[in-house]
Amino acid sequence: MNHKQRRKLSLIGFLVLFLGIACTLVLYALRQNISLYYTPSQALVKPLPQSQNLRLGGFVAADSVHMDPRTLALNFQITDYQTAIPVVYHGELPNLFREKQGVVVSGHFDGQGHFIASEILAKHDENYMPKPVKELLDQQGAPHAG
Amino acid sequence: MLSWSKHFLVPKYCYRLSEKLLPWLTFVWILSLSYGLIAGLWFAPADYQQGDGFRIIYVHVPAAIMAMAVYSLMAIAAVLSLVFRLKIAALVMSLSAPIGAAFTFLALVTGSLWGKPMWGTWWIWDARLTSVLILFFLYLAFMALRSALPEEKTRDQISAWLLIIGFINIPIIHYSVQWWNTLHQGASLKWDPSIAPSMLYPLLAMILAFALFYALILLQRLQTELLYRERKNPWVKEVIDELS
Repeated sequence: MNHKQRRKLSLIGFLVLFLGIACTLVLYALRQNISLYYTPSQALVKPLPQSQNLRLGGFVAADSVHMDPRTLALNFQITDYQTAIPVVYHGELPNLFREKQGVVVSGHFDGQGHFIASEILAKHDENYMPKPVKELLDQQGAPHAG
Repeated sequence: MLSWSKHFLVPKYCYRLSEKLLPWLTFVWILSLSYGLIAGLWFAPADYQQGDGFRIIYVHVPAAIMAMAVYSLMAIAAVLSLVFRLKIAALVMSLSAPIGAAFTFLALVTGSLWGKPMWGTWWIWDARLTSVLILFFLYLAFMALRSALPEEKTRDQISAWLLIIGFINIPIIHYSVQWWNTLHQGASLKWDPSIAPSMLYPLLAMILAFALFYALILLQRLQTELLYRERKNPWVKEVIDELS
């Protein structure tokens, strides 16, 4: 490696290092904006303005899903297993929506602690397994993933 | 190793080496692709919550891995071409771009098709999806930039710098699902995979098949380009004589 090559290589090295640091700082500063949703705990701690649109991410609490057969309004609690927030929703649901499933709901607070959702997305987890394995795991009482 | 790599840098030997490699690569490619497709689409059990819909993983994950791998390889070639002025490195860099862009496009489309029934939306601006879209635009920018520069030397140099600058996006894509809250799930492939073995092995075979497919296309494009560039040299005439 001659002098010129070494100089160019160190120039590339410095450029990558500099860009890496710059990007880290920018992305760190913007982390709240980049994150797709607030967890229920974060949403209650932060003084969020009423009627501002935001997303909540968490799990559908067990035994909390109720649908009013007359109005088809859906009520459930979204939880991160520390805080639960009641959600009201009226509309289409994705295939994977069910109790204990991870979901991301967008909407706004109504001022009385209820979250009025305008869209519900199911969050799939990284676990892939056949049905028999899942049933076996459930029988053995493995912690639910999802 | 050194003499082998030196040989690869001489156009004539690069061509001949590709010629020797291609049949073997094709053989392994057909094996892994047929095992991956048959085992993945037929024998692998349906997922406990997604049913048969999970099978898109056999295209989506290999395409996404290759989208990032091809870009990383191009960035390495860019450094080699800038520092050591290797002609072959510049060729690998430019000839890989459309293949990488195609993998990225495939990953975006299959993800979108899966997202609608499973998540409930075709697209969401979360960190993973957005950073992969940026990767796609980087590939397009690289190709557009090259076609805008008429002189080969400046074209190779400037587009190589673009690749190196854009490389910062690769770790961002990889860690996006850990650093930020995203709708996209975390990685299933890791040292302790969170995907059942019966589903995992076909996936690994498909990843190998996609990687070999890239190698096959790249080597053939490289051969064509070398034949064209060296068309005034006697070794090209030898090759043509052999073929006809």
